[in-house]
Amino acid sequence: MSAAPGNPLTRSAPWRGTARVFGWLGISGRTLVIAIPMLWLLVFFLVPFFVLGRISLAEAIIARPPYTPLWERDADGTLQIIATLENYRWLMEDRLYANAYLSSIRIAVVSTIFALLIGYPMAYFIARSPEPRRSILLLLVILPFWTSFLLRVYAWMGFLRREGVINNFLIWAGVIDSPLTMLQTDFAVYIGIVYTYLPFMILPLYANLTKLDDAHLEAAADLGASPMVTFFTVTLPLSLPGIVAGSMLVFIPAIGEYVIPALLGGPDTLMIGRVLWDEFFSSRDWPVASAVAIVMLVLVVAPIMWLQSVQNRRELK
Amino acid sequence: MSEPQIAADTRPWRDPARQPFIEIRNITKRFGDFTAVNDVSLGIHRGELFCLLGGSGCGKSTLLRMLAGFETPTEGAILIDGQDMGRVPPDRRPTNMMFQSYALFPHMTVEKNVAYGLLREGMSRREAYARAAEMLKMVKLESFGRRKPHQLSGGQRQRVALARALIKQPKVLLLDEPLGALDKKLREETQFELIRIQETLGVTFIVVTHDQDEAMTLATRIGVMRDGVIEQVGEPREIYENPKSRFVADFIGSVNLFEATVEAAAPDMMRLACPDAGGAVLVPPQTGLTRGQTVWGALRPERITLSRDRPDSARNVLRGTVEDVGYVGHMSTFRVVLDTGRMIRVTEPNNLREGKPISWDERVWASFRPEAFKVLTE
Ligand SMILES: Nc1ncnc2c1ncn2[C@@H]1O[C@H](COP(=O)(O)OP(=O)(O)OP(=O)(O)O)[C@@H](O)[C@H]1O
Ligand SMILES: [Mg+2]
Repeated sequence: MSAAPGNPLTRSAPWRGTARVFGWLGISGRTLVIAIPMLWLLVFFLVPFFVLGRISLAEAIIARPPYTPLWERDADGTLQIIATLENYRWLMEDRLYANAYLSSIRIAVVSTIFALLIGYPMAYFIARSPEPRRSILLLLVILPFWTSFLLRVYAWMGFLRREGVINNFLIWAGVIDSPLTMLQTDFAVYIGIVYTYLPFMILPLYANLTKLDDAHLEAAADLGASPMVTFFTVTLPLSLPGIVAGSMLVFIPAIGEYVIPALLGGPDTLMIGRVLWDEFFSSRDWPVASAVAIVMLVLVVAPIMWLQSVQNRRELK
Repeated sequence: MSEPQIAADTRPWRDPARQPFIEIRNITKRFGDFTAVNDVSLGIHRGELFCLLGGSGCGKSTLLRMLAGFETPTEGAILIDGQDMGRVPPDRRPTNMMFQSYALFPHMTVEKNVAYGLLREGMSRREAYARAAEMLKMVKLESFGRRKPHQLSGGQRQRVALARALIKQPKVLLLDEPLGALDKKLREETQFELIRIQETLGVTFIVVTHDQDEAMTLATRIGVMRDGVIEQVGEPREIYENPKSRFVADFIGSVNLFEATVEAAAPDMMRLACPDAGGAVLVPPQTGLTRGQTVWGALRPERITLSRDRPDSARNVLRGTVEDVGYVGHMSTFRVVLDTGRMIRVTEPNNLREGKPISWDERVWASFRPEAFKVLTE
């Protein structure tokens, strides 16, 4: 990353001067380009993260802000840092939090799997459709985004209620005698999450599957693979990047989901988003809430980093 | 009785009673209102190395893809070994194909690509990989087994594709431009390797190519295609010596084409009026031609002899000036402008001429025998 003047990319006239100036400073065009997203990450991710981290090390007090400062001057004027891991110990001790994390992960994993199982065939079908139909189908997938997310969740309440559309229909059809309890169960939460995040699964899968070369499928068939075997040995492995991307896009928002469990879930639907809300706004215990958030972040980021490194290693091979 | 009996055995297509191994019956393929293959009928015998030759877009790949089962014929039927392939999906056909685009699986290593077909047969992994290694050795890629296709050069990829298609030793091997990306030496080696495989394994090959030299070297028979139609089928020599149409004559090797009119049939010679050649051309008598009919004459460059003095014995002699001489090692090519203004091409082996070679701007006589002037009606 040495001086820029030798770099052919920066040699066009308007850039030459600028590049030279930055070159003197030891900054190449490449560094500049990388700097912008870096700055963005710094301002909107790392800074809030450190703020949260700092609050999570404090103690809750009734004041404004509702937590102890990080340092204090003693009576004799020496600077004293007050930081405690008490909040994290508390998270470990009270089973509520562990249960909430586990339950969140479970709900997110199950939802992701269902979104994948439903989304994959849909994406495959769209990707293999002839052109005019393909655009229409793709539009239909994106269409729900044009209405408010909250409205759509409320609509599901209308469907799932005891005297809602589904129960009424089933009773009318004679399938059941008395209405089923669907609203305020985990089932309703799964439906809500899968429904809401399905497009996030379909779109990356679709983008991946349209690139699938027919010749590869033909080659597999030619070598004696049945359509099923072709799918598992060729289509599926080739669409793995799409599966990973789609699953991430569903899993990450699902694990911290608050609105859907709050509206569709029951009192025993334990999700970390809800615990977080309660800590912040009901108990006004910001330090514990911050600790909850930090732990969750680690829980979400760790698997992503792991997946990334696996993919990088695979590409290097 | 001119052909010995054995010929029918090594050249089964000469025996009309023999049932071909692959029968293509009146196959037509349309894409929308575009006809890619038009009413093609063809019989290919067991152990043949059949070359489909033709220009770009003439329907070679489409015909091959119908044999492999990737395209359904709009009309007609394909029989392999007496079995109608109409409802047989590609994975159940006794064919393997090498794709024009290679279609190597990008997520698998070279050896996995090559072993893929064997693993689908249920062969044990150990045996399949051992066979794959043998195959890779044959195409001289033994040390590349662990690489991914994107880490190979174009020619290396082509050889992997070839190995993958060959490994199952199918009854019928379909090769779509198998040697296009190879350099001359490797191409020749692989050509002989293909012939060796075909002879030792008795596999029936159908090879698509638009390289006529390759077709001439490889093929037991050649089918020349044009605009979805097979213009002529025959042994390489037959196609070369007796093309049926101007297209075939022009496509296979180089040729001097003349337009002519049938003038008179003498008992032993037929006279054609050929203004381009500067008058009359004598050819052997032929049936099916009427006086005044327009025909074309195809004259191969190597059938013309150049000389400084007018040859006495020759029946067809043309006068012209050498415009250009090209030296191609074992032979020379001449461009001669006839006095009629028409340019002709002549090739001569370099070892034939004694004395001073003919050179630029020399006045020459170009002579040829009556049989050399092939009369074409199409
Ligand atoms: N799926 C398709 N839809 C429409 N037209 C097609 C399709 N496949 C092939 N064609 C057309 O059919 C014709 C024959 O194509 P084909 O691929 O058989 O040519 P080819 O003889 O193999 O040519 P090349 O030597 O360039 O490979 C071409 O004009 C092509 O555009
Ligand atoms: Mg082709």
